[in-house]
Amino acid sequence: MATKTKVRIDVGAFVLPMLGVLAIIGIWAASSATWSKNLPSPAKTWQVSRPFIVAPFEKRGELDQGIMRFAWYSLWLVAKGYTLALLIGTPLGFLLGRSKLFAKGLDPIIQILRPVSPLAWLPLGLVLFEKSQPAALFTIAICAMWPTVLNTALGVRSIPQDYLNVAKVLQLSPAKTFYKVLLPATLPYMFTGFRLSLGIAWLVIVAVEMLTGSPGVGGFLWQEYNSLIYEHIILCILTIGLIGFVLDRLMSMVERRLRVA
Amino acid sequence: MAFLELKNVTKGFGPRRDRSEVLAGINLEVARGEFVAIVGYSGAGKTTLVNLMAGLNHPDSGSITVDGKPVTGPGADRGMVFQNYSLLPWLSAFDNVLLAVDQTFGDWTLDKKRAHVERYLKMVNLGHAFQKKPSELSGGMRQRVAVARALAMESDILLMDEPLGALDALTRATIQDEIGRIWSETKKTIVLITNDVDEGILLADRIIPLSMGPSATLGPAVEVAISRPRDRKAMNHDARFKVVRNTVIEYLLGPGKRPGGVAAPASVDPAASSRPAGSSSAPGATIEPLVAPPAAAELTHVATARTVAA
Repeated sequence: MATKTKVRIDVGAFVLPMLGVLAIIGIWAASSATWSKNLPSPAKTWQVSRPFIVAPFEKRGELDQGIMRFAWYSLWLVAKGYTLALLIGTPLGFLLGRSKLFAKGLDPIIQILRPVSPLAWLPLGLVLFEKSQPAALFTIAICAMWPTVLNTALGVRSIPQDYLNVAKVLQLSPAKTFYKVLLPATLPYMFTGFRLSLGIAWLVIVAVEMLTGSPGVGGFLWQEYNSLIYEHIILCILTIGLIGFVLDRLMSMVERRLRVA
Repeated sequence: MAFLELKNVTKGFGPRRDRSEVLAGINLEVARGEFVAIVGYSGAGKTTLVNLMAGLNHPDSGSITVDGKPVTGPGADRGMVFQNYSLLPWLSAFDNVLLAVDQTFGDWTLDKKRAHVERYLKMVNLGHAFQKKPSELSGGMRQRVAVARALAMESDILLMDEPLGALDALTRATIQDEIGRIWSETKKTIVLITNDVDEGILLADRIIPLSMGPSATLGPAVEVAISRPRDRKAMNHDARFKVVRNTVIEYLLGPGKRPGGVAAPASVDPAASSRPAGSSSAPGATIEPLVAPPAAAELTHVATARTVAA
């Protein structure tokens, strides 16, 4: 009885995803063998990528480093840009949520700026800051901050009037109202915004690195495309996907914690 | 000299064009240490009225004074128990009360504050649930925390906005008894907003009906001259109890059913339509004593009116 249950769980949690992965690898192998001769086969990809994976932090030269080392550069850049996004986005969200005036004045401009692609922001960043590093940070921050802004504002607007009445009846000072009532009440929404923002920041990094030629997993991808080493493109895609997945999982763990509280 | 006094208070909401007057011509005098219950229909403006007293809203005209001083906003002299507990869910029961104590008695030492919080949580029989979050407490326990929070501020006046409305009948009865006991111990000035006439009779010195809105106004006050402690079981057979109840309900179903509390022929019966099926109100009132024939027609309403007045 017990073993039966266990087997059933494994089918759902392990066997089915494995089947999915195998199916994709099958399609990939078939494609590279038939209609797309340029696409390296899975076996070839593994063979060529192996040194980058087995020694993930190795530095053999400027353009020849372990994949995690490249990923580390990217993560570091994202961390800086993302922090900037939160530092700007969170207070902006609070302002939008608290003040109708602000919301009315800024909402249209936010709706217009929000869908702009990172590829469009980067040149503006280069014009403004004249160097690739700050331009990259600018692009990450301005693309990633919108979910934080909008979710924080939503969270502030959704605070039950009851809590605000309590703050008033207890005569809490504005600062105390903020720390004891507004902030904790908004926190779950804020973290939803933070999680979505992190996803976007990670999405933007590749485009930014490609255009600025900074070292990192996106820069490596572009460089290997230019060097015709297509296996590494696939290696980079998988790495980016995996890291993005892990980041999202970590953030949603924190988020779930806050939601319960 | 009244301690809490409302003079000709009116309050409306909405833009000038299609403004709806919620309260009109509200006059109320509450003496120091008095327990007053205001009973009225739901939507009549009971919460609006208590929010005005708390200073959360301001009247359009008329004046509200406490001890002769006009109310301009919330103050430490008026504690409030909200309709739906309004505990901060991220704080434990203890910390919810501590937040209020911290605010009111900021200059105390932490030890003194903690002892104070403990005292009031014990007063509402929550000695065992200090560290529980509101989500881990039952509705009745949450409301006790809310009562403790309001009491711990040691304000002169305690405003209660339908504090027991969301509770089941048995819990309701228990907390009613607790409120009665606490009032006897502390002799605070209490304004209790409720939709339950029996609750008012059990606890208050005076019951004042609030007519249906718009332009709701207070009807004639009814004294409850029954000595304390009042036994809810005995009260069902007490003639004085019936008189009070019938007087209040006759107002609510008569003049009080018209907007503005103006006497006019009754047309629609709010009792029949607005009462949720099967919800009997206060415990102890479930067994309805048969009253004399003249009131018989009214009687079915009486039984319902306590909730209806909701």
